[in-house]
Amino acid sequence: MSSPSSSTTYVKLKKNKHRDRFKLFFMALPFLILCFTFSYLPLYGWIYSMFDYRPPFKLYQCDFVGLKWITSIITNPAYRNAIGDVLRNTFAISGLNLLTSVLPLAFAVFLNEVKRGWFKRIVQVLTTLPNFISWVLVYSVAYVFFSTGDGVVNKILIDMHIISSPINFLASDNHTWLSMTLWSLWKTLGWSAIMYLAAIAGIDQELYEAAKVDGAGRFRTMWNITVPSLLPTFFVLLMLSVANFLNNGLDQYYVFQNAMNKAHIQVLDLYVYNIGVGSMNFPLATAVSMLKSIVSIALLFTVNGVSKLLRGETIV
Amino acid sequence: MLPILKKKEHYNFGDIVFYIITYLVFAALTIACIYPFYFLIINTLTANEISSKTAVLLLPQKIHFDNYVKILKLNGLTDALFVSVARTIIGAALTVFASAFLGYLFTKKEMWGRKFWYRFVIVTMYFNAGLIPWFITMLNLGLRNNFFAYILPAIVAPFNVILVKTYIENTPQALQEAAQIDGAGYFTIFIKVVWPLCVPILATVAIFAAVGQWNSFTDTLLLMTDSHLYTLQFILYRYLNQASSLASIMRNSGAGIGQSVSNLAGSQTAQSVRMTVSVVVILPILFVYPFFQRFFVGGIIIGAVKG
Repeated sequence: MSSPSSSTTYVKLKKNKHRDRFKLFFMALPFLILCFTFSYLPLYGWIYSMFDYRPPFKLYQCDFVGLKWITSIITNPAYRNAIGDVLRNTFAISGLNLLTSVLPLAFAVFLNEVKRGWFKRIVQVLTTLPNFISWVLVYSVAYVFFSTGDGVVNKILIDMHIISSPINFLASDNHTWLSMTLWSLWKTLGWSAIMYLAAIAGIDQELYEAAKVDGAGRFRTMWNITVPSLLPTFFVLLMLSVANFLNNGLDQYYVFQNAMNKAHIQVLDLYVYNIGVGSMNFPLATAVSMLKSIVSIALLFTVNGVSKLLRGETIV
Repeated sequence: MLPILKKKEHYNFGDIVFYIITYLVFAALTIACIYPFYFLIINTLTANEISSKTAVLLLPQKIHFDNYVKILKLNGLTDALFVSVARTIIGAALTVFASAFLGYLFTKKEMWGRKFWYRFVIVTMYFNAGLIPWFITMLNLGLRNNFFAYILPAIVAPFNVILVKTYIENTPQALQEAAQIDGAGYFTIFIKVVWPLCVPILATVAIFAAVGQWNSFTDTLLLMTDSHLYTLQFILYRYLNQASSLASIMRNSGAGIGQSVSNLAGSQTAQSVRMTVSVVVILPILFVYPFFQRFFVGGIIIGAVKG
């Protein structure tokens, strides 16, 4: 901006500046309204947990019951048991996902040892692909391979006379937690490794040269150079998955659920859907998802605090 | 000499064992990730009387394209294809525009309440009212059975706004200042100066937004009862879940969907229909993926640095 040569242009510029402040704001306003509508307005929906709300009626036609539904989670034995089971599933599946979160790191560390560039690239590109496939399609793949009637795995096993009647892999409650973890691992392993591969690309190659001169073997350099330089990334990702401990998402568990595996597949998100949209119990579903949101935010702050304490750096 | 080893270097026995195991494990993982899709494709191309009886594992036999021609006659499939394509294109375009414009506006220090509004948007990444409150809000806004339900909630994506804002802050400001001195307004500067500079990051945003729209399933499940608004993902889910009913519909001609399915040649099986729809759903991703892979990767790396 050129310096004002006389007082009139100075005043004019200042006036323009003032007008610009609001001009910019009004340009952003439509988007701020959208943001408010779809992210803040739903918070108002929490009020439904305090009414005996039944969908065809309007909210003001329903009885105000205060904290009845929220306390019923603890006091009503049926809800308490159901939610106990749901929490057990959530903890089991999220726990298994936390345990498997070292696998992408291992994937990256070992892929870094591969010296053929083309092989590395192919592995990286192709293992990332499942991440861009919807859960419905993952289920479709599962169906084509593991269903009883047309499933390929059953066809092959029967043709080879290993089994005599088809095994119903999908509609069974054996190893539900494990199979859910494996499917999500299949989908995300390559993708999660990318972050680590990017971090590895930033490691100073001289470190490896120096280690080699000092006589360090392959596993020594992997363990003492590659792994330590990935730990900060690992820590951040681990903290984020702890913060998302209760948020398993709906898609995966919804598409894989059936009458057989329901007892072990119902995680919190699916349970909220099932009691809300399935059984039309809006107040209870709202109460549960409200508590879930509050605990999630508390977890996020905790994790952020832990990160600040340990690394002197916040995550969010 | 093994092709995985470089000729000039010296390898001991341990190295060779290490390489063989590592390459084998990675090859197995890669095949596990890609083979299911290959399997779907070759089985939809194989004559149905073969694919329904035996497992066709390596190469298609008696190649035909009937499955693809006939699937288009299934009731609702062309509608669903149209809805999916429309939401992907419109949704991604609007998300890209909003992220770019909002990201640009938030770099302007003179904006009224800039810091507050920026945080107002960003903080929505970290909280969520929950499924049912969101559902009730959507109902109250009249977005049930409304195509806009696919578009409007996705327009402002805080993560994309951060990406673009940081990107703009790292581009030279001189160009913008020059345009300002020439008398260009904010919007002109945005279109003429900022937008062309941001193309690489906007490509990343576009790809993520498009994939998100294409793969979205829950919103249809919650909000749409009008079958004209079903997406491909949702139709696929219904085909998967109504396996037995679909098969019986195909055998006995009935009403509604049954009529259209019974028009198909008798060679179509429930499994072949499911696999063909799956391929239709996955094909756009398979086509787009190799070309845009670097944008996907670019996106996550930028995100990681900022996050």
